[in-house]
Amino acid sequence: MARLVPPPPPEHAGARRPNVWGFMAPPPAFERVETGPYLLRPRVFMNALGAICFAFAFLLPFITINAYVISIATSAVIYIMLASGLNIVVGYAGLLDLGYVAFFAVGAYTWGIMSTRLHWGMIESIPVVLAICVVAGIVIGGPTLRLRSDYLAIVTLGFGEIIRITANNIQVTGGPQGIYGIPKFSFLGLDLSVPITIGGIVFQPAVSYYMFCVFCMAVAVLLAARLAKGRMGRAWKAVRDDEDAAEAMGINTYATKLTAYITGAVWGGMAGVLMGSHLGSVAPGSFVFLQSALVLMAVVLGGMGSTPGIVIGALVISLGPELLRGFGNGRYFLFGVLLIVCMLFRPQGVWPSTWRLPFLRSARVERVDILDDSAGNLLDRTDLTPQAGDDTSAEPQGGGR
Amino acid sequence: MTDAPYPTEPAVILQVNDLAVFFGGVRAVDGLTFSVKPREIISVIGPNGAGKTSAFNCITGFYRPSRGTVIFRHENITGMRPSKVARRGMSRTFQNLRLFRDMSVLDNVRTGLHARLAESFIDTALHTPRYRRAERGSIDAARGWLDFVGYASSEEAFVAELPYGEQRRVEIARALAADPTLLLLDEPGAGLNRNEKQGLAELIRGIQNLGIAIVLIEHDMGLVMDISERVVVMNYGKEIADGTPAEVKADPAVIEAYLGTEET
Ligand SMILES: Nc1ncnc2c1ncn2[C@@H]1O[C@H](COP(=O)(O)OP(=O)(O)OP(=O)(O)O)[C@@H](O)[C@H]1O
Ligand SMILES: [Mg+2]
Repeated sequence: MARLVPPPPPEHAGARRPNVWGFMAPPPAFERVETGPYLLRPRVFMNALGAICFAFAFLLPFITINAYVISIATSAVIYIMLASGLNIVVGYAGLLDLGYVAFFAVGAYTWGIMSTRLHWGMIESIPVVLAICVVAGIVIGGPTLRLRSDYLAIVTLGFGEIIRITANNIQVTGGPQGIYGIPKFSFLGLDLSVPITIGGIVFQPAVSYYMFCVFCMAVAVLLAARLAKGRMGRAWKAVRDDEDAAEAMGINTYATKLTAYITGAVWGGMAGVLMGSHLGSVAPGSFVFLQSALVLMAVVLGGMGSTPGIVIGALVISLGPELLRGFGNGRYFLFGVLLIVCMLFRPQGVWPSTWRLPFLRSARVERVDILDDSAGNLLDRTDLTPQAGDDTSAEPQGGGR
Repeated sequence: MTDAPYPTEPAVILQVNDLAVFFGGVRAVDGLTFSVKPREIISVIGPNGAGKTSAFNCITGFYRPSRGTVIFRHENITGMRPSKVARRGMSRTFQNLRLFRDMSVLDNVRTGLHARLAESFIDTALHTPRYRRAERGSIDAARGWLDFVGYASSEEAFVAELPYGEQRRVEIARALAADPTLLLLDEPGAGLNRNEKQGLAELIRGIQNLGIAIVLIEHDMGLVMDISERVVVMNYGKEIADGTPAEVKADPAVIEAYLGTEET
């Protein structure tokens, strides 16, 4: 006998509905409000702090234009950029890379060759440098990231040395002498290799180049911090904290590690470009293992995965030996002792990623009841009848990438 | 995105056929066969070392089975990478809590949404509208799941600061955030007190009400008999019974192998 009434759909049909944003999830049962003064909300405060630090660094030449100071400061700024790149690899993704300076070398040499031998300008060179860094990242990271982390450390160490020794032994990189006469940037009609006059103030090449480096560094640090907070950054940290759990969440751990490695390579390469122009030359001697170790130390000392931490770490590592100049030949020894003491008392780093400034701790997200059945009646809450304003046709958040 | 479970959902969402995994001479799982229908709650029980966790690991792709097949929603997923299995709508928790220690609770849950976020590198770097939508949507979804599982502590807390029961809840919320059709829970009740266990039973029913099927490993017989539609019993890697709670309780092989060996 034919059914007159269609069978009722199974109870579960449509039991799950997308939330207002198009995600399959029940709507929150509580409203969240951020408490505390606006300026003391961690995100607001840290952004402001970052902006102040940037302004200070950028305007440093108005305090002093001593050539020595500016030169040291430029190196320090490039170190911060390098540390921020290594932080992506080591701090966020948890991959111990002992040969990070390889990418620094790749960037510096590529820019050096392109500018001195091929006489390319900066605008054309940057995409090429980027592409070569990405390729280098894939070539080195592709096979090695399948290894367990202790093997990874050894293999990256090997690659770091291979790049340096190769540069030492082939023609195009100038052999042991390296490449000389790398120009400072010129772009959009602005030539940083000659003094520039703006509003009656003369900017010497070293000064304008320093300011340019500060700008690039700020962009690099900001982008790294933003990436860390986004979808890929969460995947990096998940892989760092627990690879299996990350896989169980649909994160392809190998691809995730590779993106971290490539991103780190790009950061390192860009820092290399800046360094090449800063020194005006590149030579294999600048890319020894000690360099990788120092940058790694900057990250570990500052606090792995922490943006303020790695800035502090890079400043300490690059400025420390200079500040200790008064101690003569013993300064590196003293510096080493200070670092050891530092790590003994704060193994998490100066500013660990999970640390929050004490006066920012009062600000928090608090829950406020919005439903009257919030007393814990779970079953009622799971009955996801769409509420007014629910946009069930919201654009589906595509899967896949 | 996982399709709505009706009407495209097959009558059987998970079919495990003659599954086996050996570690050298240890036959951790040896011939496990069972199936799961949509919305069903199935318990897998068995004495310690019976191979329950190993079976979960095979099904979710963490171990490559030595023999047998796993069919999930009409697709053979045997030997597939865990992340791919997860993206097909199978989510799991771990016997020993495996949360991301240096991430906030909210971010822990948000990793579950990884595969659902349409956010590229460029979006993240430039904070495009698409990034903002993904950001706010995923926070809202994570909060929804945290409230759903009854998590009551701070969402900004780090895992280590939380009491054990709360950590368990976060792990379930994280698994749910991946929008599964099938949820595998490996001893979610371990270490919980009687009260918390009661809450867990309610939570599992709540999850079922969402149209999600559940496979549960659990030692607490009261809980198992109370909520499962079917029970699969394992011993020394072998499947010794598969039936309703009442059938299994009466099965002599089960009494012999499982209840017989129970201390106390
Ligand atoms: N990766 C592995 N390598 C070697 N042996 C393993 C591995 N995983 C599990 N085993 C062995 O397989 C057997 C089954 O272990 P499994 O963890 O699956 O048991 P279980 O039923 O989950 O027990 P429990 O109730 O204690 O959690 C044990 O003898 C264990 O030692
Ligand atoms: Mg187990």
